[in-house]
Amino acid sequence: MNLSPDQIIFWQYGVVKLNATLLYTWTLMLVLVLGSWLITRQLSHTLSRSRWQNMLEIIVTTLEQQIREVGLAEPRPYLGFLASLFLFVAIASLATIIPFYEPPTGSLSTTAALAVCVFIAVPMFGIQQQGLLAYLKAYTEPTIIMLPFNLISELSRTLALAVRLFGNMMSGAMIIAILVSITPFIFPVVITLLGLLTGMVQAYIFFILAAVYIAAATRVSTAPQDT
Amino acid sequence: MLIDWFTVIAQTLNFLILVWLLKRFLYQPILDAIDAREKRIADELAAAATKQQQAVKQRDDFQQKNAEFDQKRQALLQQATAAAETERQRLLKAAQHSADELAAQRQLSLQLEQQALQQQLREQTQQQVFAIARKTLSDLSNKTLESAMVAMFMQKLNNLPDDAKAVLTASIKKADNVVCISSTFALSDNEHATLQQAVNSSFALAATLRFESSDKAIAGIALSAGGQRIAWTIDAYLSALEKTITQRVTPPSC
Repeated sequence: MNLSPDQIIFWQYGVVKLNATLLYTWTLMLVLVLGSWLITRQLSHTLSRSRWQNMLEIIVTTLEQQIREVGLAEPRPYLGFLASLFLFVAIASLATIIPFYEPPTGSLSTTAALAVCVFIAVPMFGIQQQGLLAYLKAYTEPTIIMLPFNLISELSRTLALAVRLFGNMMSGAMIIAILVSITPFIFPVVITLLGLLTGMVQAYIFFILAAVYIAAATRVSTAPQDT
Repeated sequence: MLIDWFTVIAQTLNFLILVWLLKRFLYQPILDAIDAREKRIADELAAAATKQQQAVKQRDDFQQKNAEFDQKRQALLQQATAAAETERQRLLKAAQHSADELAAQRQLSLQLEQQALQQQLREQTQQQVFAIARKTLSDLSNKTLESAMVAMFMQKLNNLPDDAKAVLTASIKKADNVVCISSTFALSDNEHATLQQAVNSSFALAATLRFESSDKAIAGIALSAGGQRIAWTIDAYLSALEKTITQRVTPPSC
């Protein structure tokens, strides 16, 4: 039994390798992009529209609304990054109903990559929004003494993001694998259903936490005035 | 080792590519479509609001025009009613006037007809009376009506009061002794002579008698000269007879 799909290697040349994580990620990317292209190539701008377009509009507008509720009043610049996080994690866990599929989010490498993306994106958006000095000054708030703690907080929350998602996804896959070997009929189905729910919740948590971090980074300068 | 750094880097790149692709093929087209639809809905709502304002304005205009039209119609109706009433009164008066004229004409023609009928009846009655009298006189005393009338007239002439006789005499003299004797029937020469003698003796003068006969002028015999006249006629009998007949013919009034 493999703890991570990274360990399923199809081809390797030195450090370059093609493992299950990459393969399933590409598959998911293909499904997402191809599906989006198929639906959006004939978009209706009128009042009547297809069900697929309706579905995509519901997803996009819901995510936009969620970002706005977190505190980002103008969600459009962040929508691409945050919604992609949610969709990737959600689709990755939704696809667990397909037999022999290993979710790429069950790999710590993938979750770490996503967390690194968030780790880089948060200061980028913060600097873009309020400038470099103002953003860096936020680490010294409320006093300079808090600087190391703020830095530690940045690192630890990135680590927490990666480990939380990995732990949940990996544990789900592990439990199913174990249950299949013990009681191969009823319980794996129930646990798969539970895993679907857990996956959706994790996708939402990852998305919301990233949005909260970005919102915090872009609102630092106004925060003292609010309080 | 749970983390494979090559995989981490590859997944980071994969995720960045995914973000770009989804932006290109999912978010941007969907958001554009939503924005276009929202803009279209906003435009349509604005157009609808404009149309509604126009409709309200047109409705107000229409209601105002309707009210004006109603007022005008009411005024015209009242005017027409008043004109019709005036015309009706005029026509009624005209009709009443015409009816009065017609009634008056009819009354007049009735009166004329009645008078003509009475005159005709009177003449016929007179003729009948004279015919009966002539027949009766002839049967009873072998006398003619003319002689009887002359005798009666002479008796009246003789019984004339003195003052009347004096007035008549003056009138005869005033008319150059020309005396006109009018009678219903033509008188014979004997009767002419008898009358000449009677006049001469009654008025003591030599009168020139001029005889006229007409069945319409007089119902009897009359002497006239210088504006004075003395006569014996059956007018009184005829009037009495006429009155009696009229009383019998006319239905009693309720």
